Amino acid sequence: MENKGLNKVDLIFEKIEPKEVLIKAFKMSSAEIIQNILDSGLKGRGGAGFPTGLKWKYTAAEKSSEKYIVCNADEGEPGTFKDREILERVSDKVHGGMAIAGKAIGAKMGIVYLRGEYRYMLLKLMIELDSFHKMIKEIGYDFNIEYRMGSGAYICGEESALFESIEGKRGEPRNKPPYPTVSGVFDKPTSINNVETLVTAMMIIQHGAKNFTQYGTKDSRGSKVFSVSGDTPTPGIFELELGMSVQQFVNVFGDGDTKAVQVGGASGFCVPRKKFAETIIGFEGVPTGGSMMLFNSSRSMYNVLHNYLDFFTEESCGQCTPCRVGCQQLLKGVEKVKKGEAKPTYLNELMKLADSMKIAAKCGLGQSVGNAFKSIVGNFREEIIY
Amino acid sequence: MYQVGNLVKELSDKHGRMRESLMPILQEIVQKHNYLTDEAMVEVARELDISAAEVYGTASFYTFLDTQEKGKYVIRICKTITCSMKGKSDIIHTLEDMLKIKVGETTTDKQFSLIETNCIGWCHKAPAILINEMPYTELTPEKVSTIIKDYMQK
Amino acid sequence: MINLLINDQKVSVQAGTTVLAAAKKLKINIPTLCNHDDLCVAGNCRVCIVEQKGARTLIASCATPASEGMDIHTNTLKVRNARKHIVELLLSEHRADCTKCYKNQNCELQSLANEFAFGDHIFLDLVEDHKYNIDRSSPSFIKDDSKCIRCQRCVRTCSELQYISAIAVSNKGAQMKISSFNNRPMSHVVCTNCGQCVNRCPTGALVEKTYIDQVWDAIYDPDKHVVVQTAPAVRVALGEDLGYDPGERVTGKMVNALRQLGFSSVLDTDFTADLTIMEEGTELLVRLKKALVDGDKKVSLPMFTSCSPGWIKFIEHKYPEFLPNLSTCKSPQQMFGVLAKTYYAKKRNIDPSKIVSVSIMPCTAKKFEADRPEMRASGFKDVDFVLTTRELAVMIKQAGLDFRNLEEAKYDSIMGDSTGAGVIFGATGGVMEAALRTAYEIVTGREVPFGNLNITPVRGMDGVKEATVKIEGCVDAWKFLEGAELKVAIAHGLVNANKIMKLVREGKAPYHFIEIMACPGGCIGGGGQPIPTNMQIRKNRMKAIYAEDEHMVLRKSHENPEVIAIYKEFLEKPNSHKSHELLHTHYIERDNY
Repeated sequence: MENKGLNKVDLIFEKIEPKEVLIKAFKMSSAEIIQNILDSGLKGRGGAGFPTGLKWKYTAAEKSSEKYIVCNADEGEPGTFKDREILERVSDKVHGGMAIAGKAIGAKMGIVYLRGEYRYMLLKLMIELDSFHKMIKEIGYDFNIEYRMGSGAYICGEESALFESIEGKRGEPRNKPPYPTVSGVFDKPTSINNVETLVTAMMIIQHGAKNFTQYGTKDSRGSKVFSVSGDTPTPGIFELELGMSVQQFVNVFGDGDTKAVQVGGASGFCVPRKKFAETIIGFEGVPTGGSMMLFNSSRSMYNVLHNYLDFFTEESCGQCTPCRVGCQQLLKGVEKVKKGEAKPTYLNELMKLADSMKIAAKCGLGQSVGNAFKSIVGNFREEIIY
Repeated sequence: MYQVGNLVKELSDKHGRMRESLMPILQEIVQKHNYLTDEAMVEVARELDISAAEVYGTASFYTFLDTQEKGKYVIRICKTITCSMKGKSDIIHTLEDMLKIKVGETTTDKQFSLIETNCIGWCHKAPAILINEMPYTELTPEKVSTIIKDYMQK
Repeated sequence: MINLLINDQKVSVQAGTTVLAAAKKLKINIPTLCNHDDLCVAGNCRVCIVEQKGARTLIASCATPASEGMDIHTNTLKVRNARKHIVELLLSEHRADCTKCYKNQNCELQSLANEFAFGDHIFLDLVEDHKYNIDRSSPSFIKDDSKCIRCQRCVRTCSELQYISAIAVSNKGAQMKISSFNNRPMSHVVCTNCGQCVNRCPTGALVEKTYIDQVWDAIYDPDKHVVVQTAPAVRVALGEDLGYDPGERVTGKMVNALRQLGFSSVLDTDFTADLTIMEEGTELLVRLKKALVDGDKKVSLPMFTSCSPGWIKFIEHKYPEFLPNLSTCKSPQQMFGVLAKTYYAKKRNIDPSKIVSVSIMPCTAKKFEADRPEMRASGFKDVDFVLTTRELAVMIKQAGLDFRNLEEAKYDSIMGDSTGAGVIFGATGGVMEAALRTAYEIVTGREVPFGNLNITPVRGMDGVKEATVKIEGCVDAWKFLEGAELKVAIAHGLVNANKIMKLVREGKAPYHFIEIMACPGGCIGGGGQPIPTNMQIRKNRMKAIYAEDEHMVLRKSHENPEVIAIYKEFLEKPNSHKSHELLHTHYIERDNY
């Protein structure tokens, strides 16, 4: 596997003149913009990693007088806080990325869905949005952005649940197909992109796809912002080139006693020390929306797993059986095993259940609960039992 | 208990009477009054011409749209892994001692409510809490007690 | 057409067809729970998952449209394991006290458990972790959350078919459940007691509140005279719970069975249906006269029918400003009840305090109606116990009757005679048709100008139907109606009722008379009818109702000899003072939540 090592990059927070980039973008045709993004190999930065260019291409191909760009700022994944930081520091680039995406797919309307936990910054964002709207008007382009607030529901980060929430309903994921590119918010063709994705797209337009592809690996192009937390002397936000191993990451961010790294948040994978060297952070290895949680040897992996399962049991929307009941069973199951009320072999049944949840749950939440469960139980079985 | 009065009507005029207006209306009621009374939900249902059970069903989905009485300052303590590892329990003990309530309760003077919440996006500055919408991070028992004292003065 | 493979068999279906429906075409059975023919797709129970070649996850066949070239397998090891897990998970949240459950052997979860989850259960019991609530507050049904599998059929029914949403999904995660407004008791919310949710609940989470034991007690009480009335729609559906196909009429056997069960007198709600036509038809004509001749602006038109207690509660909650438009006539059940303890008691010389009045209804709302405080004009509770069609089937089974081989029997007399007009009350449009058959004849002296009295424009399953009857050749007393066009409308299912009510509220409803039935298809699709229900079953029952009508000698309410007799002996004339005292009622405004 390609290994690029750990390299700091400054793209997302780089100082630019948004107006110039937008003027440049608006002179391009929709197809040109999309081609640029396709060429860059950019994959969604929220975690799922769908190629952004393709998403835009599909949405652009839909014939509809009304389309939407939705910016997913419902950053709820434990261990992720980069979107908040991006919005705090470079909201003009988020808004700019939305306008460019709008041009690409033929949407005049953008909606930012901001998680309720980040309401404290809404006022500032509104002021910045005002300036953005003025700037867009000066350029002579018609594009309007609205903010919609979440109210404390992790699942609303799932794209179709987010649409439901914007529509004033419970944030319950929809059946797919139809996919958002065909029928998204208000049942209109919608491209929904993560905050960072939109900023990255803008930077690709600024610097060109070639500049972007020089970073990263074949499967994971470019750089991305990592949210580093847990047992680390340097918690915070770091933009790094994709394609490093967990070991290289730990060498820089670890406290010298790192036992495990949870890559991708509670819905991601737990990488144990023995696999640090062989595991690449990226779509060829462990994918991540940027959440990197480090645990040193003083931590109980049972407590970590219990915390995640408790989180999912509460944050599941509750509509589908595998997720609603599966989470409860995994949680109660490990509790029983820990207390000695269930045999250690019961973990085997739970592992099978986690497999079923992966393939039978309705949405990404239920499908990914098994990631943390299997990787923690698989690698730290003795800590779960004793 | 507070009286909704004309609030729901005003908010419906402001945000509209479509289904998509529901969240902004409920959010603004909660911003003003900290929680949703039955009366408020019934009024919203009437204005938007949807069933009250659906208003309740939607509100109860969202952690921040409380349907149980809450104090003027709602303190939400992040309980997710990093905050948990970095001293959440000490913060809770301090808060419980200061406010003389347990997690899940509201002070008798209706000033403070204490609840645990899931990740609020400040893992690198754990432990963190929200008081209404304001985040407070890298807390220590001393720091949180100063913060709460300030709120008590307000 | 879209071509796909299911279990290596080729099938072609129209665009938009689900994988589930495509499999059905090949007679491949895929188990389902949340899916219901009458409701929109939910895709949340996940029982119907199948494997699609090339897909990362399994897909819910009920929620996935077939697409060209799909290669589907419904019974791979992967599918079976996941499906077994899903059934086991549902069971772990479910209070599986099956032998004590009212739905024992009539439960879709139980059937699936039989197929997939027998023996030792894999998972931990979560029932005690949930603080499940059992709501017995409604006189019509019980909502037992410990039996609920969160399939949301009830929620979709209440919203899509009935436009009430008295229940909705609340909370999330492990706490997610089906709730009324802020968990208030069902008796104190907007619920109409229609029981459509009960009809569609796959488990025992929603069941009618049963009064079988109370009825047995009454039957075996030597001091009591127990009269029973049977609603029109019961006779065309009861058979379904006793091994017959939907749409088979079992009137005569049902009458015999009731007699065998020990009821003192087996009588017919159809009789009071005919009586309703006399009262309601007259009321309509009087309202028309006041409006058209006397120029009385206070007369409320259009007039709405009032036989459906679910509809009554709907309008009381949702459109209380139109309560004056409701006919003041009690429903046939309640007319029967009050007459049983007055007229019947007098004729048979029985102390009314010794009479226990039981009704067999296709309806759960009737249980609520019988409990209304207004329904005591006889000086007693007019109807003591209401049983659904399903409960009667249970009693027949409990008594060990060989139903199929019972002789056909006839109703007892005094309030046992009926006409075809009374029978068709059981189907949407039936009250309207019966009313027109009589009213037209009163006004013109001639039969309604439709072949064989079949007023086909008011029949059928369209949600909202309308018809216009031109009135010509009036007799002297009704000359003021000469040339008038009587405009009528019919709606069934409260979602359709709401459509009409919106028009009425906007002043855009040009009708004089509107028939509304709370349940889809009318009473034949009532909340107390055999389970399952779907459009085809309702159509079969409806066909049977009209067949029953065609087989009657008398087909117009005013020709019912017992109706003629009761006016002569007891009530004097329609809308008389006595009628008003006993057969008419009033309504109350209720909260809209």
